[in-house]
Amino acid sequence: MNSNTKIDLLLTGVGGQGNILASDIIGEVAMAAGFDVKKTDTLGMAQRGGSVVSNVRIAEKVYSPLIKEGEVDFMLAFEKLEGVRWASHLQPGGVAIINNYAVPPLSVNLSVEKYPADAEVMQVLQQRSSRIYLVEGTLRATELGNAKTLNIFMLGCVSVFLPFKLDAWQEAIRQHLPEKLWKLNMTAFETGRKEIENVHV
Amino acid sequence: MKKLLSGNEALALGAYHAGVTFAAAYPGTPSTEIMEAIARFKDIYAEWSTNEKVAVEVAMGACYAGARALVSMKQVGLNVAADPFLAVATTGVNAGLVLISADDPGIHSSQGEQDNRHYAELAKVPILEPMDSQTAYDLMACAFEISEQFDTPVMLRTTTRISHSKSIAEFKETRSLPDRKIAFEPNMQKYVMLPVNARIRHPLMEERLLKLAVFGETFSFNKIEMGERQLGIIATGISYQYAREVFPKASFLKLGMTYPLPEKLVREFASKVNRILVVEELDPFIEEHIKAMGIKVDGKQYIPRAGELNSDIMESAGRKMGLIKATAAQEKPPVAIEPAKRPPLLCPGCPHTGFFYVLAGMGQRLKLPGAKEKTVKESNLIITGDIGCYTLGVYPPLNAMDTNGCMGSSIGTAIGMEKAGLSAKIVAVIGDSTFLHSGITPLVDAVYNLSKITVVILDNSTTAMTGHQEHPGTGVSVQGEIVGKVVLEDVVKGVGVKNVAVVHSFNIKELRKTIKGALDSRELSVVIVRGACVVQKPRHGETQAIDTEKCNQCGICLLVGCPAIQTQGKQPIIDIGMCTGCTICQQICPKQAIGPVFRIKTEAQN
Repeated sequence: MNSNTKIDLLLTGVGGQGNILASDIIGEVAMAAGFDVKKTDTLGMAQRGGSVVSNVRIAEKVYSPLIKEGEVDFMLAFEKLEGVRWASHLQPGGVAIINNYAVPPLSVNLSVEKYPADAEVMQVLQQRSSRIYLVEGTLRATELGNAKTLNIFMLGCVSVFLPFKLDAWQEAIRQHLPEKLWKLNMTAFETGRKEIENVHV
Repeated sequence: MKKLLSGNEALALGAYHAGVTFAAAYPGTPSTEIMEAIARFKDIYAEWSTNEKVAVEVAMGACYAGARALVSMKQVGLNVAADPFLAVATTGVNAGLVLISADDPGIHSSQGEQDNRHYAELAKVPILEPMDSQTAYDLMACAFEISEQFDTPVMLRTTTRISHSKSIAEFKETRSLPDRKIAFEPNMQKYVMLPVNARIRHPLMEERLLKLAVFGETFSFNKIEMGERQLGIIATGISYQYAREVFPKASFLKLGMTYPLPEKLVREFASKVNRILVVEELDPFIEEHIKAMGIKVDGKQYIPRAGELNSDIMESAGRKMGLIKATAAQEKPPVAIEPAKRPPLLCPGCPHTGFFYVLAGMGQRLKLPGAKEKTVKESNLIITGDIGCYTLGVYPPLNAMDTNGCMGSSIGTAIGMEKAGLSAKIVAVIGDSTFLHSGITPLVDAVYNLSKITVVILDNSTTAMTGHQEHPGTGVSVQGEIVGKVVLEDVVKGVGVKNVAVVHSFNIKELRKTIKGALDSRELSVVIVRGACVVQKPRHGETQAIDTEKCNQCGICLLVGCPAIQTQGKQPIIDIGMCTGCTICQQICPKQAIGPVFRIKTEAQN
């Protein structure tokens, strides 16, 4: 463990996409590696359908559970519009992994607001960093037969950049999921790891 | 043992290890998970109480009887429970009693922002404030000891950020039960608050505060951490973490006990540093008490009173104070577009949706996408709302709520509007859990004072908004046991309402007929709209689809506000991954263009 290591991750998506579980798993993996960890979820009121954001902070010693604006090292957006919403939190040169999936809010369906075009999404993110990865998470998870594996797929993607051992990830995933889902999710994790190799925008 | 624990999990575990044998609560964000975590221990008695007032009263009885008792609630819960809280503050305790007040700076999920530390000062009881999960765990044991040593209930004040953050906490593996018998020793002077006895208790409460202040001087969670002398920061709770991150070299006075304050320790700290900044969320509670000691401090002129703090706000306060220089790195490029908002919504398949669609139609509140704003005239239907998922019926396209204040207020507000002389029809909308919490007494008022309002109880048989907790109407306890069940229609009829109807929440025709009948009756009426919460019963029937040949894109299905109904250009489509088959949209489609997905597909092929 390097005493200067500081890893700040922001996971965002829409309620029900599983990003809180994903952030819990990152926290466990980092703790197992001997780091101090703090994580916090902001949920608002919705059981489902609202914006959800989790902050995970990893260092030798962590004080605030919230990451300062513009200091996120890794952003995982499970939904594109949420990626845009939190773009200003990404640090210059930070990594953003964006799931190519749109859940239009009601105001868009009612023609009150607009959903940004893909080019706009990319433009906003590229203002912050050139390390933007657009991944087909929902598509891959659905191909695996369970769209709910998206969160573990996204963990697979980010794991490539993080200094944690593969078996620590696998152990934390096993701890957080029932045994019957282990195999499927290990495949989702591997699929995420492979996906990231080919998708740098 | 070490684990990544949320603040709420740490509080529950701390209480359990401190020998709690009795816990009571009513669900409320951000406090709910405390009870959920403690109820998993089967060697204690745990209950969801009818409301927070009852929760404090049962905990008060339990502590009189010799059980260490924990009661937890969200900040506004203490508004409801203020009466017994002040009562037990006056009598004092027998075994320890700890009240967790979970405040919500930033209003993540509340009807307002309030600093409950004022209640503790009002009640003359001590306040402990954790800074992370470790101190949440540790302070819980202290809280019970202080309670018993000083014959006082203790307020443990957490906030949303402490409760809902996870951090590493080290904890014991065993539980230590205090050496104390379950027994009640009658002591009228202590427990019977006639004026003659209360007059004896009040000076004892004042004396208690003085003793607690002395205790605070050496309490190990009140601690000076010396750094550089130029800046001294006095902080508590999550605010300490933000201040420590932004001012790593400053000196700190960390306060684990924020009332009463340890005056000598504060003076000692003040003598060691050149300038003091008090950092706390919401009101200048610590700040004003320190200023009253005649010590000069900075505080709320730099730190906002409203909203949640974070390190960015801390940093900007530091710049205003001239402690941090602005650097180029802090100037961030603006984000080019304003992203569409994503407010919380009624779920696809929500049992409240059909009711609100019907009600909004009767009140002429629905507006087709792209249609012009109607001219505002006096509404012929007023809808007073209440606290729960159904409050979300206020959002477009339903727009089906005019007021919402606090738990149970829908009914009283409706009565008041009627009695003030409004000519419009008035309907009060309240959920099952909220009705049992505090809707019964205003309904009694409606019967007594001959009100003619309509009360709709949206009965999804759960406390949905806070994450599906049981309540008296479900007949299941927080520990999963089958217990007594309160039947809503029996309660309503029992207090004297004559016009009572029950209707299924997914039948639009029946809903329309029943609601109209109740509104037209011009007598006090109650309609119970019953249907299971979709999160608990996720599938109603066949997934629906829209036949684009039959559909004339009128947009009426969009007025339901169902997240599963989306648009491609002007064409509404149903997201099959989200649709639960509730058929509300199918029932209202004027062109009969919506039906089960298999039938629509077959027709399209033909």
